[in-house]
Amino acid sequence: MLSRALGDSHLAEDAVQEAYVIALERWPRDGVPSNALAWIVTTARNRALDVLRRRSRGDEKMALLARLESTQTQDEPDFDDVSVADDQLGLIFACTHPALGLEARIALTLRAVAGLTTEEIAHAFLVPLPTMSQRLVRAKQKIRANGISFAVPDAAHLRERLEAVCTTLYVMFNEGYAATTGDTRVRHDLCNESVRLARLLAELLPDQPEVHGLLALMLLTDARRNARVDENGDTLTLEEQDRKKWDRWLIAAGLAHLGRAAEFNDDGPYQIQAAIAAVHSRAKSFAKTNWRAILTLYDRLLELEPSPVVALNRAAARAMLHGFDIALAEVDAIASAQELDRYAVLHSTRAEMLRRIGKMPEAAQEYRRAIGLTENLAERRFLERRLESVLH
Amino acid sequence: MQYMCLIYQPVDAPEMAPAEYQKLFEEYGAYTQAARESGKLVAGEPLQPISDATTVRVRNGKRTVTDGPFAETKEWLSGFYLFDCDTLDEVLDWAAKIPAARDGSIEVRPLMVIPGMRDGHPVAQ
Repeated sequence: MLSRALGDSHLAEDAVQEAYVIALERWPRDGVPSNALAWIVTTARNRALDVLRRRSRGDEKMALLARLESTQTQDEPDFDDVSVADDQLGLIFACTHPALGLEARIALTLRAVAGLTTEEIAHAFLVPLPTMSQRLVRAKQKIRANGISFAVPDAAHLRERLEAVCTTLYVMFNEGYAATTGDTRVRHDLCNESVRLARLLAELLPDQPEVHGLLALMLLTDARRNARVDENGDTLTLEEQDRKKWDRWLIAAGLAHLGRAAEFNDDGPYQIQAAIAAVHSRAKSFAKTNWRAILTLYDRLLELEPSPVVALNRAAARAMLHGFDIALAEVDAIASAQELDRYAVLHSTRAEMLRRIGKMPEAAQEYRRAIGLTENLAERRFLERRLESVLH
Repeated sequence: MQYMCLIYQPVDAPEMAPAEYQKLFEEYGAYTQAARESGKLVAGEPLQPISDATTVRVRNGKRTVTDGPFAETKEWLSGFYLFDCDTLDEVLDWAAKIPAARDGSIEVRPLMVIPGMRDGHPVAQ
């Protein structure tokens, strides 16, 4: 209904979803309004108007705005019945079954749940069409041969299966977000699709805190999309980004979902990562970031997911709180395990710390290592610029 | 649908003390009993270690018999269970309860269904 009025189904969907989040926050406190549906529709409409006002520049957006302002709000929204919701959820769980490889899971979810064509998926992953078709055929064959169920997993299996769903959607999101090669528009679609799917999941499983955590993490990360590269397409660090370019609306939506997750008092890796992103989102500037909160969150993340990659991120946060020399000692300890020797971020992090404490030749050496291990073109250009800066 | 659960154990697993071995033996007994009572178990047997394995192959009509397994492996096939379950999730629950899942791994493979054949014999369609 709203999407018909807007002619923009994504915006309408987002607006309705946000209205529900607001409702979930307010209704328990203020009571459920007498006409709940009308409340949702009005709130969604206002949300959409806010977004359009902020985003509208051209005539096209103005026309959309005018159309929306004339919307009748008494239309009945159509609600999916329970069986349709369960069918959809079962399909998501089947497509993301951990018995399938991650690439197959992503492709299948995009095809079967998001409704993308095989061509679109092949394009998004920069693989030839026959390769993608083959990947889909094999995945479907594995589902058939193994009798992978299309039912929603029972309580005993939900956690394990949900982890697989979240991993699939998060990897899909990062594929899109980190994209710098190929058609970036298509890659951004991947980002949008994964956010849309996470929203759907949060709607179908509203009592799963990690699902809200995942969605919050995606929204808070996505909020920085327009700030993360400069006009040349070069990567900008959190410190260099123009925070005015962060999408406040996406941040608000992310924070709402994080708040929703927190109500369950059952934390998990996605919630903690979203909380870290939230601390950054709230900081007026890089210097004013609450690094102590970030460090505490990394401590918790390390408890939940003991991995050298998490330890490395924690060390980077520590640098801001305790100084680069202390953090460098921590990074060196992580590096000595050699597990991350071929991990570019280890070397770029070390390089950055060496640079900050003035050890330029060592920094240059580490930047070179990092460049050699980086395939992403924008990342490489970024590191090459840094290398230049320490050589002069 | 029938699923074969192939039990793989690390070659370099430490030698077990007799009491430990006895405990594991009893654990397998209880597991097999429970699986049988569920009505889902079709068959299941342990295998002698790879030191007792013999490999045979025929090349150009000539038969060669050699000692040991076909390839050097880090894991050896130590036994199997064959289940008849409705879904992969159901058989995975059984597979996860096999004691060897804790130090080795269980490979779950659905049996290939060949139309018109059952138990290796043609059947009326």
